[in-house]
Amino acid sequence: MTQTTREKVLANLRAALPESSPLPDLPVTGPWQTFEDPFARFCEVLEAVGGVCHRVKTRDEAHQHLLGIDEWQNAAVRISEVDGIGDSTVDITTIEDPHDLENVDYAVLHGHFGVAENGAIWVTDDTLKHRVLYFIPQRLVIVMPTVIVDNMHEAYGRIKVGQHAFAGFISGPSKTADIEQSLVIGAHGARALTVFAVDEF
Amino acid sequence: MSHPTLAQKFVDNKPRAQWHDKALWFVREKRDRMAASVPEWEDLRSHASAIKIHTMSQLPTYLEKFEANAKTLGVHVHWAADGDEHNRIVHEILKKHDVKKVVKSKSMLTEECHLNPFLEKNGYEVVDTDLGERIVQLREETPSHIVLPAIHIRKEEVGECFHEHLGTEKGVSDPKYLTEAARGHLRERFCTADAGITGVNFAIAETGGFVVCTNEGNADLGVSLPKLHIACMGIEKLIPRASDLAVFLRLLARSATGQPITTYSSHFHGPREGSELHMILVDNGRSGILAKPEFRRSLGCIRCGACMNTCPVYRRSGGHSYESTVPGPIGSILTPLQTPEKHASLPFACTLCGSCTDVCPVKIDLHHQLLAMRGFLDRKKLLGMSKKLSMKFLSGLLSSTWMFTTAGTAARTALRWMPRFAVYNPLNGWGKQRELPEPPMQSFRDQYAEHKKNSRGPS
Repeated sequence: MTQTTREKVLANLRAALPESSPLPDLPVTGPWQTFEDPFARFCEVLEAVGGVCHRVKTRDEAHQHLLGIDEWQNAAVRISEVDGIGDSTVDITTIEDPHDLENVDYAVLHGHFGVAENGAIWVTDDTLKHRVLYFIPQRLVIVMPTVIVDNMHEAYGRIKVGQHAFAGFISGPSKTADIEQSLVIGAHGARALTVFAVDEF
Repeated sequence: MSHPTLAQKFVDNKPRAQWHDKALWFVREKRDRMAASVPEWEDLRSHASAIKIHTMSQLPTYLEKFEANAKTLGVHVHWAADGDEHNRIVHEILKKHDVKKVVKSKSMLTEECHLNPFLEKNGYEVVDTDLGERIVQLREETPSHIVLPAIHIRKEEVGECFHEHLGTEKGVSDPKYLTEAARGHLRERFCTADAGITGVNFAIAETGGFVVCTNEGNADLGVSLPKLHIACMGIEKLIPRASDLAVFLRLLARSATGQPITTYSSHFHGPREGSELHMILVDNGRSGILAKPEFRRSLGCIRCGACMNTCPVYRRSGGHSYESTVPGPIGSILTPLQTPEKHASLPFACTLCGSCTDVCPVKIDLHHQLLAMRGFLDRKKLLGMSKKLSMKFLSGLLSSTWMFTTAGTAARTALRWMPRFAVYNPLNGWGKQRELPEPPMQSFRDQYAEHKKNSRGPS
């Protein structure tokens, strides 16, 4: 029988293996960077990458805040997946094809926690039907409990990678600097990112 | 063509070459600020290096583990020995799904396999969705940098290109306006594509998933709409554990562009409901590199581009002068390993200054490998006569004290008295495009001896 590519590649690799070398231990807490005020640091980094974060006590406070944003008021197509914050002009449960979400102006979605070192928020697809909502709306709101970890090691200590078909870190709105290194916010994804950190989630 | 020949074209346009140099140095400085803001930066580099060396030492086992876990998640896993096989597999999958239009996010692997021309030849519409790559694609060029594909192009040229292809206003070159135009143009492509192709930044053996990092969100848009996602990865992209991602995501964007993290770091584990996810594992020469002890560490590369941004030769000669999918220091190792005949000049596009090694987030010993590569090419008898003869001549000169001092004296005298045409002519490469410094009256050796004599005070 002829060898399959798989067998061939693996055999070639096995014939070429260097001597074994140990895998370093990566403790969740340990020699990693921490911050005196992780929340302040999170906000600072998020702002530096073009996002904005508001800490609120309750969901209602976030809701009132959202109503004060002009673009939200003017948004023709809105979707909120977070109870008590914003409203929806489309019933997402009736949408089967994600392409139908092409003209969503504003979406309010769930996040789980933030990372102080880089202003990133962990999101997962179990909180919404179409993952494209993280990327296709013109503007994005992420609502999360006020939980901020210091660094990525702590972040991976909290999450179970592999439980969601899609999950990820989002840090700020979509951006590019591909034309002469000039930073432009709003490449393909959201043009703006507002984060509400809710104390009484 | 050799690197010096191609670099000549680039440096002939002086303002562009100077802009290119400065733009990349600016990125390098951003990287430095980011690295300095993480106290354990050097430890992270050591960890990243150790993780990669460990993974390479058990690569087949980890690949099998990854494959088994990915299959459990419902991923179709394919293996490709080379670029042609990779392209054939993509073609078969697309055919099966009756795909006509493909959107693609940045993937140096598919560039390496020349997937775009292959698919176009087979009648597919392929759209690169990374803004820089789209610009390059519309201009019918290749990327000149692995992270900043259009760094060789000025905004006025992008304006012209978009005027021609996207109908933007003539003569307008504001990056914001042009990006907005591309956003509109590419949204339409995203919404009508039948399949999305992405590369892979990291694949995780213990979970069977993979991570794709972008700032624009193009990879995510590209695969969240159509019912087919094909992810293409070189087999060296594997890491053992999900917790290793912490190390690599902390290093990647900081090293690449001086950002704390990319905007989107997407973790894919299995297909979206109602859609298919295919993963192609590509060798294309990597097992051959693993078999070469002096070069195998180059497989640890995470394609951040930091070595390019810092390289004094790359910054001043432009990515296209390397004629290689991956240019710069790391490309000057990877590419001659694949096609030594065509790329024998690359390891000489290097002053062995070692700056690349200093910034590499996975601590690849780049400048040592670049030196070793010269020996590798010599053993393959690929160095030109002029290089070999001049090396022979120099080694004779440098190994004899008498010859060395005499030659020095002769050169110092001759350079002062010889007519201009005798120094600045095609035979003297060192006199090209530059003025030689005025020769000193004394050699260092003479100066040292004199200094010693004069400073000897009363005992």
